[in-house]
Amino acid sequence: MLTLTNVLRTFGGVKAVDDATFTVEKGEVHGLIGPNGAGKTTLLNLISGLMPPTSGSIALEGKRVDRLPPQKIAALGISRTYQNIRLFAGLSAVDNVVVGQHLRRQSPFLPRLLLLPKARLEEQAARKAAFDGLARVGLRERALTPASSLSYGEQRRVEIARALAAGPKLLLLDEPTAGMNPPEAAEVARLVREVAREGRSVLLVEHNVRLVMELCDRITVLNFGKVIARGTPAEIGKDPAVIAAYLGDGA
Amino acid sequence: MEDFYLAYQSLIAFVGINALLALSVYATLSCGQLSLANAGFMAIGAYTGALITLHAPQVPFGLVLFISAILPSIIAVPLGLPVLRLRGVFLAIATIGFGEVVRLAFVNWDFTNGALGLVAIPQRTQPWILWLMVAVVIFVLARLRGSRTGYALEAIREDETAARTMGIETTRYKMAMLALGAAIAGLAGALEAHFTFIVSPAGYGFGRVVDMLVQAVVGGTAMLFGPVLGAAFLTLLPEILREIGARIGLAPGPFRLFLNGVILLVVILYLPEGIISLPQRLRRRKKAA
Repeated sequence: MLTLTNVLRTFGGVKAVDDATFTVEKGEVHGLIGPNGAGKTTLLNLISGLMPPTSGSIALEGKRVDRLPPQKIAALGISRTYQNIRLFAGLSAVDNVVVGQHLRRQSPFLPRLLLLPKARLEEQAARKAAFDGLARVGLRERALTPASSLSYGEQRRVEIARALAAGPKLLLLDEPTAGMNPPEAAEVARLVREVAREGRSVLLVEHNVRLVMELCDRITVLNFGKVIARGTPAEIGKDPAVIAAYLGDGA
Repeated sequence: MEDFYLAYQSLIAFVGINALLALSVYATLSCGQLSLANAGFMAIGAYTGALITLHAPQVPFGLVLFISAILPSIIAVPLGLPVLRLRGVFLAIATIGFGEVVRLAFVNWDFTNGALGLVAIPQRTQPWILWLMVAVVIFVLARLRGSRTGYALEAIREDETAARTMGIETTRYKMAMLALGAAIAGLAGALEAHFTFIVSPAGYGFGRVVDMLVQAVVGGTAMLFGPVLGAAFLTLLPEILREIGARIGLAPGPFRLFLNGVILLVVILYLPEGIISLPQRLRRRKKAA
Protein backbone atom coordinates (compact mmCIF):
# COMPACT_ATOMS: atom_id res chain seq x y z
CA MET A 1 0.00 0.00 0.00
CA LEU A 2 2.39 2.69 1.24
CA THR A 3 6.10 2.05 0.86
CA LEU A 4 8.84 4.29 2.16
CA THR A 5 12.33 3.51 0.93
CA ASN A 6 15.43 5.13 2.44
CA VAL A 7 13.58 8.38 3.10
CA LEU A 8 15.83 11.18 4.26
CA ARG A 9 14.85 14.71 5.25
CA THR A 10 17.32 17.24 6.56
CA PHE A 11 16.76 20.70 8.00
CA GLY A 12 20.09 22.48 7.74
CA GLY A 13 22.47 19.88 9.13
CA VAL A 14 19.84 18.06 11.18
CA LYS A 15 18.50 14.77 9.87
CA ALA A 16 14.86 14.91 10.97
CA VAL A 17 14.11 11.68 9.14
CA ASP A 18 17.14 9.52 8.54
CA ASP A 19 16.96 6.63 6.08
CA ALA A 20 13.46 5.52 7.02
CA THR A 21 12.20 2.36 5.32
CA PHE A 22 8.91 0.72 6.13
CA THR A 23 5.58 -0.29 4.61
CA VAL A 24 1.94 0.11 5.60
CA GLU A 25 -0.28 -2.71 4.36
CA LYS A 26 -3.85 -2.44 3.16
CA GLY A 27 -6.35 -2.46 6.01
CA GLU A 28 -3.61 -2.24 8.58
CA VAL A 29 -3.39 0.04 11.59
CA HIS A 30 0.25 0.96 11.68
CA GLY A 31 1.62 2.74 14.72
CA LEU A 32 4.45 5.26 14.49
CA ILE A 33 5.94 5.98 17.88
CA GLY A 34 9.05 7.49 19.30
CA PRO A 35 10.21 10.10 21.81
CA ASN A 36 9.59 13.81 21.22
CA GLY A 37 11.52 15.11 18.25
CA ALA A 38 11.96 11.66 16.75
CA GLY A 39 10.66 12.87 13.37
CA LYS A 40 7.16 11.40 13.41
CA THR A 41 5.31 14.54 12.33
CA THR A 42 7.99 15.31 9.74
CA LEU A 43 7.39 11.87 8.30
CA LEU A 44 3.65 12.54 8.02
CA ASN A 45 4.41 15.87 6.35
CA LEU A 46 6.61 14.09 3.83
CA ILE A 47 3.96 11.47 3.07
CA SER A 48 1.20 14.07 2.63
CA GLY A 49 3.42 16.21 0.41
CA LEU A 50 3.71 19.31 2.60
CA MET A 51 7.45 19.03 2.03
CA PRO A 52 9.52 16.83 -0.27
CA PRO A 53 12.02 14.33 1.09
CA THR A 54 15.67 15.27 0.62
CA SER A 55 16.21 11.82 -0.85
CA GLY A 56 14.53 8.42 -0.94
CA SER A 57 11.14 7.49 -2.29
CA ILE A 58 7.57 7.26 -1.09
CA ALA A 59 5.13 5.17 -3.13
CA LEU A 60 1.41 4.62 -2.82
CA GLU A 61 0.26 1.39 -4.47
CA GLY A 62 3.49 1.29 -6.44
CA LYS A 63 3.19 4.86 -7.72
CA ARG A 64 5.80 7.40 -6.66
CA VAL A 65 4.20 10.31 -4.81
CA ASP A 66 7.19 12.00 -3.21
CA ARG A 67 7.45 14.83 -5.74
CA LEU A 68 3.74 15.55 -5.98
CA PRO A 69 2.04 18.58 -4.40
CA PRO A 70 -0.28 17.84 -1.45
CA GLN A 71 -3.51 18.25 -3.42
CA LYS A 72 -2.40 15.59 -5.94
CA ILE A 73 -1.42 13.22 -3.14
CA ALA A 74 -4.81 13.79 -1.51
CA ALA A 75 -6.44 12.97 -4.84
CA LEU A 76 -4.59 9.64 -4.89
CA GLY A 77 -6.23 8.72 -1.58
CA ILE A 78 -4.20 10.02 1.36
CA SER A 79 -6.00 12.12 3.98
CA ARG A 80 -4.64 13.41 7.23
CA THR A 81 -5.25 15.18 10.52
CA TYR A 82 -2.87 17.55 12.26
CA GLN A 83 -1.18 17.45 15.61
CA ASN A 84 -1.84 21.16 16.05
CA ILE A 85 -5.44 20.96 14.69
CA ARG A 86 -6.02 22.80 11.42
CA LEU A 87 -9.76 23.02 11.14
CA PHE A 88 -11.35 25.85 9.17
CA ALA A 89 -12.07 27.79 12.34
CA GLY A 90 -14.70 30.12 10.91
CA LEU A 91 -16.79 27.29 9.47
CA SER A 92 -19.21 25.09 11.38
CA ALA A 93 -18.31 21.48 12.13
CA VAL A 94 -20.53 20.19 9.34
CA ASP A 95 -19.15 22.70 6.83
CA ASN A 96 -15.64 21.49 7.64
CA VAL A 97 -16.74 17.98 6.74
CA VAL A 98 -18.38 19.24 3.53
CA VAL A 99 -15.01 20.74 2.53
CA GLY A 100 -13.49 17.33 3.22
CA GLN A 101 -15.80 15.82 0.57
CA HIS A 102 -14.23 18.05 -2.10
CA LEU A 103 -12.52 15.21 -3.97
CA ARG A 104 -15.56 12.97 -3.98
CA ARG A 105 -18.13 15.48 -5.14
CA GLN A 106 -19.13 15.84 -8.75
CA SER A 107 -20.84 19.17 -8.87
CA PRO A 108 -19.99 21.49 -11.73
CA PHE A 109 -21.01 25.11 -11.19
CA LEU A 110 -23.18 25.58 -14.27
CA PRO A 111 -26.20 23.49 -13.15
CA ARG A 112 -26.12 25.29 -9.84
CA LEU A 113 -25.95 28.67 -11.52
CA LEU A 114 -28.98 27.72 -13.60
CA LEU A 115 -30.85 26.58 -10.47
CA LEU A 116 -31.26 23.06 -11.84
CA PRO A 117 -32.79 20.62 -9.37
CA LYS A 118 -30.00 18.08 -9.79
CA ALA A 119 -27.54 20.55 -8.30
CA ARG A 120 -29.76 21.00 -5.26
CA LEU A 121 -30.18 17.26 -4.83
CA GLU A 122 -26.43 16.74 -4.99
CA GLU A 123 -25.93 19.41 -2.34
CA GLN A 124 -28.53 17.92 -0.04
CA ALA A 125 -26.90 14.51 -0.42
CA ALA A 126 -23.48 15.99 0.36
CA ARG A 127 -24.80 17.75 3.44
CA LYS A 128 -26.55 14.65 4.66
CA ALA A 129 -23.36 12.63 4.20
CA ALA A 130 -21.51 15.28 6.21
CA PHE A 131 -24.03 15.00 9.07
CA ASP A 132 -23.64 11.22 8.95
CA GLY A 133 -19.87 11.62 9.05
CA LEU A 134 -20.19 13.73 12.18
CA ALA A 135 -22.58 11.20 13.70
CA ARG A 136 -19.88 8.61 13.18
CA VAL A 137 -17.51 10.52 15.42
CA GLY A 138 -20.31 11.20 17.89
CA LEU A 139 -20.79 14.87 17.06
CA ARG A 140 -24.13 14.89 15.26
CA GLU A 141 -25.64 17.38 17.70
CA ARG A 142 -22.62 19.70 17.50
CA ALA A 143 -22.81 19.90 13.69
CA LEU A 144 -23.78 23.55 13.45
CA THR A 145 -21.34 24.82 16.07
CA PRO A 146 -18.44 26.89 14.72
CA ALA A 147 -15.29 24.78 14.76
CA SER A 148 -13.53 27.35 16.93
CA SER A 149 -16.17 26.94 19.69
CA LEU A 150 -15.72 23.18 19.98
CA SER A 151 -13.67 21.59 22.74
CA TYR A 152 -10.20 20.32 21.96
CA GLY A 153 -11.32 16.69 21.81
CA GLU A 154 -14.30 17.58 19.64
CA GLN A 155 -12.08 19.48 17.23
CA ARG A 156 -9.84 16.44 16.87
CA ARG A 157 -12.87 14.30 16.07
CA VAL A 158 -14.16 16.80 13.49
CA GLU A 159 -10.72 16.64 11.87
CA ILE A 160 -11.02 12.86 11.63
CA ALA A 161 -14.52 13.17 10.15
CA ARG A 162 -13.22 15.74 7.65
CA ALA A 163 -10.35 13.46 6.63
CA LEU A 164 -12.68 10.46 6.27
CA ALA A 165 -15.08 12.50 4.14
CA ALA A 166 -12.57 12.28 1.30
CA GLY A 167 -12.89 8.49 1.35
CA PRO A 168 -9.14 7.93 1.72
CA LYS A 169 -7.25 4.69 1.12
CA LEU A 170 -4.75 5.77 3.72
CA LEU A 171 -5.55 7.88 6.76
CA LEU A 172 -2.71 9.67 8.55
CA LEU A 173 -3.57 10.52 12.16
CA ASP A 174 -1.19 12.79 14.05
CA GLU A 175 -1.79 12.31 17.76
CA PRO A 176 -5.56 11.99 17.44
CA THR A 177 -6.16 11.44 21.17
CA ALA A 178 -3.93 14.24 22.50
CA GLY A 179 -5.89 16.27 25.03
CA MET A 180 -8.73 13.76 25.18
CA ASN A 181 -10.09 12.10 28.29
CA PRO A 182 -10.00 8.27 28.43
CA PRO A 183 -13.60 7.66 27.24
CA GLU A 184 -13.03 10.00 24.27
CA ALA A 185 -9.76 8.26 23.44
CA ALA A 186 -11.47 4.87 23.60
CA GLU A 187 -14.09 6.16 21.20
CA VAL A 188 -11.37 7.22 18.74
CA ALA A 189 -9.71 3.78 19.10
CA ARG A 190 -13.01 2.10 18.24
CA LEU A 191 -13.39 4.37 15.21
CA VAL A 192 -9.87 3.62 13.97
CA ARG A 193 -10.53 -0.10 14.19
CA GLU A 194 -13.75 0.37 12.24
CA VAL A 195 -11.98 2.39 9.55
CA ALA A 196 -9.38 -0.36 9.15
CA ARG A 197 -12.12 -2.96 8.83
CA GLU A 198 -13.41 -1.01 5.81
CA GLY A 199 -10.10 -1.85 4.12
CA ARG A 200 -8.52 1.55 4.69
CA SER A 201 -5.00 1.74 6.06
CA VAL A 202 -4.23 3.93 9.05
CA LEU A 203 -0.86 5.36 9.97
CA LEU A 204 -1.13 6.48 13.55
CA VAL A 205 1.29 8.78 15.36
CA GLU A 206 0.47 8.58 19.03
CA HIS A 207 2.03 9.23 22.40
CA ASN A 208 -0.40 7.11 24.36
CA VAL A 209 1.66 3.92 24.32
CA ARG A 210 -1.06 1.75 25.83
CA LEU A 211 -3.49 2.82 23.11
CA VAL A 212 -0.93 2.07 20.40
CA MET A 213 -0.18 -1.36 21.85
CA GLU A 214 -3.88 -2.22 21.92
CA LEU A 215 -4.81 -0.77 18.60
CA CYS A 216 -2.02 -1.34 16.11
CA ASP A 217 -1.31 -4.37 13.97
CA ARG A 218 2.29 -3.34 13.55
CA ILE A 219 4.46 -0.61 14.95
CA THR A 220 7.46 1.31 13.69
CA VAL A 221 9.62 3.05 16.29
CA LEU A 222 11.62 6.15 15.40
CA ASN A 223 14.38 7.77 17.39
CA PHE A 224 16.40 10.75 16.14
CA GLY A 225 14.87 10.20 12.73
CA LYS A 226 16.02 6.60 12.46
CA VAL A 227 13.87 3.50 12.49
CA ILE A 228 15.12 1.64 15.56
CA ALA A 229 12.53 -1.13 15.65
CA ARG A 230 9.53 -2.49 13.85
CA GLY A 231 7.16 -5.37 14.52
CA THR A 232 4.00 -6.40 16.28
CA PRO A 233 3.11 -4.72 19.58
CA ALA A 234 4.31 -7.78 21.47
CA GLU A 235 7.70 -7.68 19.76
CA ILE A 236 8.06 -3.93 20.25
CA GLY A 237 7.24 -4.20 23.95
CA LYS A 238 10.23 -6.51 24.46
CA ASP A 239 12.68 -4.77 22.14
CA PRO A 240 15.73 -3.58 24.10
CA ALA A 241 16.42 -0.70 21.68
CA VAL A 242 12.89 0.65 22.22
CA ILE A 243 13.13 0.34 25.99
CA ALA A 244 16.46 2.15 25.89
CA ALA A 245 15.06 4.95 23.72
CA TYR A 246 12.11 5.52 26.01
CA LEU A 247 13.74 5.01 29.38
CA GLY A 248 17.35 5.92 28.68
CA ASP A 249 20.31 3.60 28.33
CA GLY A 250 20.73 3.07 32.01
CA ALA A 251 17.36 1.36 32.42
CA MET B 1 -40.64 61.11 -5.81
CA GLU B 2 -39.91 61.68 -9.47
CA ASP B 3 -38.23 64.97 -8.67
CA PHE B 4 -36.12 63.21 -6.10
CA TYR B 5 -35.09 60.60 -8.64
CA LEU B 6 -34.18 63.19 -11.28
CA ALA B 7 -32.18 65.20 -8.78
CA TYR B 8 -30.22 62.21 -7.59
CA GLN B 9 -30.14 60.10 -10.74
CA SER B 10 -26.41 60.19 -11.19
CA LEU B 11 -25.76 59.68 -7.50
CA ILE B 12 -27.87 56.53 -7.59
CA ALA B 13 -25.99 55.32 -10.67
CA PHE B 14 -22.69 55.80 -8.86
CA VAL B 15 -23.98 53.66 -6.02
CA GLY B 16 -24.48 50.86 -8.55
CA ILE B 17 -21.07 51.31 -10.18
CA ASN B 18 -19.32 51.46 -6.82
CA ALA B 19 -21.25 48.39 -5.66
CA LEU B 20 -19.88 46.47 -8.64
CA LEU B 21 -16.36 47.65 -7.86
CA ALA B 22 -16.64 46.71 -4.20
CA LEU B 23 -17.94 43.29 -5.28
CA SER B 24 -14.97 42.88 -7.61
CA VAL B 25 -12.64 43.28 -4.62
CA TYR B 26 -14.86 40.98 -2.58
CA ALA B 27 -14.45 38.25 -5.24
CA THR B 28 -10.73 37.85 -4.58
CA LEU B 29 -11.09 38.52 -0.86
CA SER B 30 -13.52 35.61 -0.65
CA CYS B 31 -10.59 33.24 -1.06
CA GLY B 32 -8.38 35.32 1.18
CA GLN B 33 -6.39 37.13 -1.51
CA LEU B 34 -5.88 40.87 -1.23
CA SER B 35 -5.51 41.87 -4.86
CA LEU B 36 -5.35 45.58 -5.64
CA ALA B 37 -5.22 45.23 -9.42
CA ASN B 38 -8.87 46.10 -9.86
CA ALA B 39 -8.44 49.77 -10.77
CA GLY B 40 -6.21 48.52 -13.60
CA PHE B 41 -8.81 45.96 -14.71
CA MET B 42 -11.46 48.67 -14.49
CA ALA B 43 -9.36 50.93 -16.71
CA ILE B 44 -8.94 48.17 -19.28
CA GLY B 45 -12.70 47.58 -19.31
CA ALA B 46 -13.46 51.30 -19.53
CA TYR B 47 -11.04 51.96 -22.40
CA THR B 48 -12.08 48.81 -24.24
CA GLY B 49 -15.75 49.74 -24.06
CA ALA B 50 -15.15 53.38 -24.95
CA LEU B 51 -12.94 52.55 -27.93
CA ILE B 52 -15.45 50.09 -29.35
CA THR B 53 -18.31 52.56 -28.98
CA LEU B 54 -16.31 55.43 -30.48
CA HIS B 55 -14.93 53.45 -33.43
CA ALA B 56 -17.77 51.02 -34.05
CA PRO B 57 -20.97 52.56 -32.70
CA GLN B 58 -23.08 49.89 -34.40
CA VAL B 59 -21.88 47.22 -31.98
CA PRO B 60 -24.72 46.51 -29.53
CA PHE B 61 -24.11 47.72 -26.01
CA GLY B 62 -24.54 44.25 -24.54
CA LEU B 63 -21.66 42.97 -26.64
CA VAL B 64 -19.55 46.00 -25.72
CA LEU B 65 -20.08 45.22 -22.04
CA PHE B 66 -19.32 41.55 -22.60
CA ILE B 67 -15.99 42.27 -24.31
CA SER B 68 -15.12 44.88 -21.67
CA ALA B 69 -15.59 42.23 -18.98
CA ILE B 70 -13.88 39.34 -20.77
CA LEU B 71 -10.73 41.19 -21.82
CA PRO B 72 -9.58 42.11 -18.28
CA SER B 73 -10.26 38.57 -17.08
CA ILE B 74 -8.11 37.18 -19.89
CA ILE B 75 -5.34 39.58 -18.91
CA ALA B 76 -5.77 38.46 -15.28
CA VAL B 77 -4.49 34.96 -16.14
CA PRO B 78 -0.90 35.83 -17.13
CA LEU B 79 -0.85 38.33 -14.25
CA GLY B 80 -2.06 35.70 -11.80
CA LEU B 81 0.47 33.05 -12.77
CA PRO B 82 3.38 34.86 -11.10
CA VAL B 83 1.62 37.03 -8.50
CA LEU B 84 -0.70 34.43 -6.96
CA ARG B 85 2.38 32.66 -5.64
CA LEU B 86 2.78 35.67 -3.37
CA ARG B 87 0.91 35.99 -0.13
CA GLY B 88 -0.63 38.79 1.89
CA VAL B 89 1.04 42.15 1.59
CA PHE B 90 3.38 40.98 -1.19
CA LEU B 91 0.43 40.14 -3.40
CA ALA B 92 -1.07 43.54 -2.60
CA ILE B 93 2.14 45.36 -3.61
CA ALA B 94 2.59 43.36 -6.82
CA THR B 95 -1.00 44.03 -7.88
CA ILE B 96 -0.69 47.73 -7.09
CA GLY B 97 2.27 47.65 -9.46
CA PHE B 98 0.08 46.13 -12.14
CA GLY B 99 -2.52 48.87 -11.68
CA GLU B 100 0.12 51.57 -12.06
CA VAL B 101 1.56 49.91 -15.17
CA VAL B 102 -1.88 49.90 -16.77
CA ARG B 103 -2.50 53.53 -15.85
CA LEU B 104 0.88 54.66 -17.15
CA ALA B 105 0.38 52.68 -20.36
CA PHE B 106 -2.81 54.62 -21.01
CA VAL B 107 -1.08 57.91 -20.14
CA ASN B 108 1.60 57.26 -22.75
CA TRP B 109 -0.44 55.66 -25.46
CA ASP B 110 -1.43 57.91 -28.36
CA PHE B 111 -4.21 55.61 -29.44
CA THR B 112 -6.04 56.34 -26.18
CA ASN B 113 -5.24 60.05 -26.33
CA GLY B 114 -2.70 59.95 -23.52
CA ALA B 115 -3.32 61.76 -20.27
CA LEU B 116 -6.32 63.59 -21.69
CA GLY B 117 -8.20 60.35 -22.21
CA LEU B 118 -11.22 59.75 -24.37
CA VAL B 119 -14.12 62.19 -24.37
CA ALA B 120 -17.60 62.47 -25.82
CA ILE B 121 -18.41 58.80 -25.30
CA PRO B 122 -22.12 58.38 -26.01
CA GLN B 123 -24.16 57.79 -22.89
CA ARG B 124 -25.40 54.25 -23.29
CA THR B 125 -25.59 53.14 -19.65
CA GLN B 126 -29.28 53.26 -18.83
CA PRO B 127 -30.22 52.86 -15.16
CA TRP B 128 -32.00 49.59 -15.90
CA ILE B 129 -28.93 48.18 -17.64
CA LEU B 130 -26.72 49.16 -14.74
CA TRP B 131 -28.98 47.62 -12.11
CA LEU B 132 -29.52 44.53 -14.21
CA MET B 133 -25.76 44.05 -14.27
CA VAL B 134 -25.55 44.57 -10.50
CA ALA B 135 -28.28 41.95 -10.09
CA VAL B 136 -26.52 39.48 -12.39
CA VAL B 137 -23.22 39.87 -10.56
CA ILE B 138 -24.88 39.45 -7.17
CA PHE B 139 -26.74 36.41 -8.45
CA VAL B 140 -23.58 34.71 -9.74
CA LEU B 141 -21.68 35.44 -6.51
CA ALA B 142 -24.65 34.26 -4.43
CA ARG B 143 -24.81 30.97 -6.35
CA LEU B 144 -21.10 30.52 -5.70
CA ARG B 145 -21.65 30.59 -1.95
CA GLY B 146 -22.53 27.18 -0.63
CA SER B 147 -21.47 25.42 -3.84
CA ARG B 148 -18.56 23.00 -3.91
CA THR B 149 -16.49 25.84 -5.33
CA GLY B 150 -17.76 28.17 -2.61
CA TYR B 151 -16.67 25.74 0.10
CA ALA B 152 -13.27 25.39 -1.54
CA LEU B 153 -12.89 29.20 -1.53
CA GLU B 154 -13.77 29.42 2.16
CA ALA B 155 -11.32 26.64 2.94
CA ILE B 156 -8.55 28.48 1.07
CA ARG B 157 -9.35 31.67 2.97
CA GLU B 158 -9.27 29.89 6.34
CA ASP B 159 -6.19 27.69 5.89
CA GLU B 160 -4.58 27.27 2.51
CA THR B 161 -2.30 24.40 3.54
CA ALA B 162 -5.13 22.39 5.08
CA ALA B 163 -7.20 23.10 1.96
CA ARG B 164 -4.49 21.63 -0.24
CA THR B 165 -4.34 18.44 1.82
CA MET B 166 -8.09 18.11 1.23
CA GLY B 167 -7.28 17.90 -2.48
CA ILE B 168 -8.29 21.47 -3.35
CA GLU B 169 -6.37 22.91 -6.31
CA THR B 170 -5.81 26.22 -4.55
CA THR B 171 -3.99 28.00 -7.37
CA ARG B 172 -6.74 27.22 -9.85
CA TYR B 173 -9.43 28.62 -7.54
CA LYS B 174 -7.45 31.73 -6.71
CA MET B 175 -6.88 32.29 -10.42
CA ALA B 176 -10.58 31.88 -11.18
CA MET B 177 -11.53 34.44 -8.56
CA LEU B 178 -8.88 36.90 -9.76
CA ALA B 179 -10.33 36.57 -13.27
CA LEU B 180 -13.91 36.92 -12.00
CA GLY B 181 -12.97 40.03 -10.02
CA ALA B 182 -11.26 41.42 -13.12
CA ALA B 183 -14.39 40.80 -15.21
CA ILE B 184 -16.61 42.58 -12.69
CA ALA B 185 -14.19 45.53 -12.48
CA GLY B 186 -13.98 45.72 -16.28
CA LEU B 187 -17.76 45.67 -16.53
CA ALA B 188 -18.03 48.47 -13.98
CA GLY B 189 -15.41 50.46 -15.89
CA ALA B 190 -17.32 50.18 -19.17
CA LEU B 191 -20.60 51.07 -17.48
CA GLU B 192 -19.03 54.12 -15.90
CA ALA B 193 -17.38 55.24 -19.15
CA HIS B 194 -20.74 55.13 -20.93
CA PHE B 195 -22.35 57.07 -18.11
CA THR B 196 -19.88 59.91 -17.51
CA PHE B 197 -18.96 60.37 -21.23
CA ILE B 198 -15.27 60.34 -20.38
CA VAL B 199 -12.37 58.07 -19.52
CA SER B 200 -8.97 59.33 -18.48
CA PRO B 201 -6.03 57.63 -16.77
CA ALA B 202 -6.40 59.86 -13.71
CA GLY B 203 -9.66 58.11 -12.86
CA TYR B 204 -7.96 54.76 -12.32
CA GLY B 205 -5.13 55.51 -9.95
CA PHE B 206 -4.25 53.96 -6.62
CA GLY B 207 -6.91 56.06 -4.87
CA ARG B 208 -9.60 54.34 -6.87
CA VAL B 209 -8.69 50.86 -5.73
CA VAL B 210 -8.43 52.06 -2.14
CA ASP B 211 -11.99 53.36 -2.46
CA MET B 212 -13.18 49.95 -3.64
CA LEU B 213 -11.39 48.17 -0.83
CA VAL B 214 -12.64 50.55 1.85
CA GLN B 215 -16.21 50.20 0.61
CA ALA B 216 -15.98 46.42 0.65
CA VAL B 217 -14.42 46.29 4.11
CA VAL B 218 -16.66 48.95 5.69
CA GLY B 219 -19.70 47.12 4.39
CA GLY B 220 -18.34 43.77 5.54
CA THR B 221 -16.77 41.04 3.46
CA ALA B 222 -18.21 38.09 5.38
CA MET B 223 -21.55 38.55 3.62
CA LEU B 224 -22.30 39.15 -0.01
CA PHE B 225 -24.43 42.22 0.58
CA GLY B 226 -21.74 43.81 2.75
CA PRO B 227 -19.80 45.35 -0.16
CA VAL B 228 -23.03 46.59 -1.74
CA LEU B 229 -24.06 48.22 1.52
CA GLY B 230 -20.58 49.66 2.00
CA ALA B 231 -20.61 51.15 -1.50
CA ALA B 232 -24.04 52.68 -0.94
CA PHE B 233 -23.07 54.03 2.48
CA LEU B 234 -19.78 55.59 1.42
CA THR B 235 -21.17 56.99 -1.84
CA LEU B 236 -24.18 58.57 -0.17
CA LEU B 237 -22.58 59.70 3.09
CA PRO B 238 -20.73 62.77 1.71
CA GLU B 239 -23.88 63.88 -0.11
CA ILE B 240 -26.07 63.43 2.95
CA LEU B 241 -23.57 65.37 5.03
CA ARG B 242 -23.53 68.10 2.40
CA GLU B 243 -27.31 68.39 2.62
CA ILE B 244 -27.32 68.44 6.40
CA GLY B 245 -24.50 70.97 6.46
CA ALA B 246 -26.37 73.24 4.07
CA ARG B 247 -29.61 73.01 6.12
CA ILE B 248 -27.92 73.97 9.38
CA GLY B 249 -25.84 76.62 7.67
CA LEU B 250 -22.37 75.14 7.96
CA ALA B 251 -19.75 76.04 5.43
CA PRO B 252 -19.20 73.16 3.00
CA GLY B 253 -15.80 71.62 2.67
CA PRO B 254 -13.52 70.82 5.59
CA PHE B 255 -16.23 70.03 8.12
CA ARG B 256 -17.89 67.54 5.81
CA LEU B 257 -14.65 65.73 5.03
CA PHE B 258 -13.79 65.65 8.70
CA LEU B 259 -17.13 64.13 9.65
CA ASN B 260 -16.84 61.65 6.78
CA GLY B 261 -13.51 60.52 8.18
CA VAL B 262 -14.83 60.26 11.73
CA ILE B 263 -17.75 58.09 10.67
CA LEU B 264 -15.42 55.84 8.70
CA LEU B 265 -13.15 55.48 11.71
CA VAL B 266 -16.06 54.69 14.03
CA VAL B 267 -17.30 51.95 11.70
CA ILE B 268 -13.89 50.35 11.39
CA LEU B 269 -13.19 50.52 15.14
CA TYR B 270 -16.56 49.38 16.44
CA LEU B 271 -17.82 47.22 13.59
CA PRO B 272 -14.75 45.35 12.39
CA GLU B 273 -16.97 42.95 10.47
CA GLY B 274 -18.62 45.81 8.66
CA ILE B 275 -21.93 47.64 8.72
CA ILE B 276 -23.70 44.48 7.64
CA SER B 277 -22.87 42.90 11.01
CA LEU B 278 -24.70 45.68 12.92
CA PRO B 279 -28.08 43.91 13.38
CA GLN B 280 -26.32 40.75 14.48
CA ARG B 281 -24.24 42.66 17.02
CA LEU B 282 -27.26 44.47 18.40
CA ARG B 283 -29.07 41.16 18.81
CA ARG B 284 -26.12 39.66 20.62
CA ARG B 285 -25.90 42.67 22.89
CA LYS B 286 -29.59 42.42 23.70
CA LYS B 287 -29.15 38.75 24.53
CA ALA B 288 -26.23 39.53 26.79
CA ALA B 289 -28.14 42.25 28.64
